[in-house]
Amino acid sequence: MTTSTLDSPLTDAEILRIREDFPILKTEVNGHPLAYLDSGATSQRPLAVLDAEREFLTTLNSAVHRGAHTLAAEATEVFEEARAAVARFVGADDDEIIWTSNATEAINLVAYAFSNASAGRGGADAERFRLGEGDEIVTTEMEHHANLIPWQELAARTGATLRVIPLDDDGALRLDEIETHITERTKVVAVTHVSNVLGVINPIDQLIGAAHAVGALVLLDACQSAPHLPLDVKQLDVDFAVLSGHKMLGPTGVGALYGRRELLAAMPPFLTGGSMITTVTTTHAEYLPPPQRFEAGTQRVSQAVALAAAVAYLEDVGMPRIAAHEAHLGRRLVDGLAAIDGVRVLGADIDLPRVGLASFDIPGIHSHDVGQFLDDRGIAVRVGHHCAQPLHRRLGVTSSTRASTYLYSTDAEVDAFLDGVAATIDFFGVRS
Amino acid sequence: MTSSDLQNLYQELILDHSRTPHGFGLRDEVTAQSHQLNPTCGDEITLQVHAAADGTIEAIAWEGHGCAISQASASLFADLVEGMTVAEIQERIDVFREAMRSRGKIEPDEELLGDAAALGSVSRYVARVKCAMLAWVAAEDALRKLD
Repeated sequence: MTTSTLDSPLTDAEILRIREDFPILKTEVNGHPLAYLDSGATSQRPLAVLDAEREFLTTLNSAVHRGAHTLAAEATEVFEEARAAVARFVGADDDEIIWTSNATEAINLVAYAFSNASAGRGGADAERFRLGEGDEIVTTEMEHHANLIPWQELAARTGATLRVIPLDDDGALRLDEIETHITERTKVVAVTHVSNVLGVINPIDQLIGAAHAVGALVLLDACQSAPHLPLDVKQLDVDFAVLSGHKMLGPTGVGALYGRRELLAAMPPFLTGGSMITTVTTTHAEYLPPPQRFEAGTQRVSQAVALAAAVAYLEDVGMPRIAAHEAHLGRRLVDGLAAIDGVRVLGADIDLPRVGLASFDIPGIHSHDVGQFLDDRGIAVRVGHHCAQPLHRRLGVTSSTRASTYLYSTDAEVDAFLDGVAATIDFFGVRS
Repeated sequence: MTSSDLQNLYQELILDHSRTPHGFGLRDEVTAQSHQLNPTCGDEITLQVHAAADGTIEAIAWEGHGCAISQASASLFADLVEGMTVAEIQERIDVFREAMRSRGKIEPDEELLGDAAALGSVSRYVARVKCAMLAWVAAEDALRKLD
């Protein structure tokens, strides 16, 4: 009998036990047991998460940060405990986590803080968020549209220039281009931790170091890393990080922004209205300190509570063990796909560690047809451009098929998927 | 192992049209054309309607890329409507659209749609209806530009 260590992969018995917590995994699709390989798009939720939300709604539901009655006070406490749980999960302090509707809103919150500061909002300490002609925003060709378009718009509104670190022919970030892209003119660098198409874990240390060396701020898109890897924002030394609740066993409608305390304190608000103010007259308003300054309007309370239950579940299994399990599945996906004649795995030659995610193209068969064929066997994958058109264009394809795993995914599911891909090629008759 | 539903969706006729599409290749002559894009998957088509002196449509010419369904549908459409009047084509577009939107309830009229009726089972796959409709929507748009 072997003893598991803190970072050993999950055993088959443990995965089976985990799967018991996810009733949806027992679903049959088109007469086959569901093989859910689309966790990169949205993860499934364990009973503990569903129960936490229901428990809150059936015992404590009320408005937070207002009202003097007992339920309101207790709901506020639970809501703030949820914030603390997510903060601990990413290595942040409690008041450095801001609830958002999703990661997209979190990135827009930061982009609009720059925008609003540039329009003269915020105090003297908002100076470092003021952009104008000659200033540069840096992102990469690998990004999800959510970490690209807000910066395009910010550049257009402020006169700043958007610069994009290119990819090499394999799809890897051109680290040799860092020096020419991140310069004294750079004010902010936005980069993804893990590519949502390639599954590779980017060597972000170099980017962060280069950005900080010129006084630029770094925003990390952690949507595809926070669910799958141990994440410590302080250790990484990023200034902002965004994450998405529904990709990490939590509900839709909730995401979070991490921001360094002194930066949040200097930023003007994005959304404005109720719950984020101290004194209001008909012509002027004073704002609360962070995080409330950035949480205007009614908050997604039950979703936040459920997200806290999700991170508790992940911590209970252990993030290093989940990471080890998914590194194993990711390798199995990439090696298995690469061994199928006629399949081109995107980013296959990139020599970087990976999560359990791989995208591929079968020249001659459109990804929609691949996805349809796999669905017939109960295998759920993502098809299309995965909100990353520039990356696909760089690799010479318009779309791809993506398989992505999570802690509940099994070798058998990956193997069924690989068999399905081989059968797809036979069915559509492009195999030479 | 492959279900009969899937065999039906990807009939040999459809796969043949997708591999060797008819009407593929735009022409230089100035004519009414339409460009359509399916933003969810990036499928694209540019379709031209070429009218003869008597007002009938003598040819459909198109270029594009996309899934087997969208490519076969454009090819089948090009075959179907050659030599028809604008009204006859519009009638077929309407009938095809009605079948596609029926979630499998309406069998396409073979009298009117010919081989394109083979696309009937697409209507059971809601996510694929747009793929099948792409060329037909482009044609409808291009025909409108004729007058």
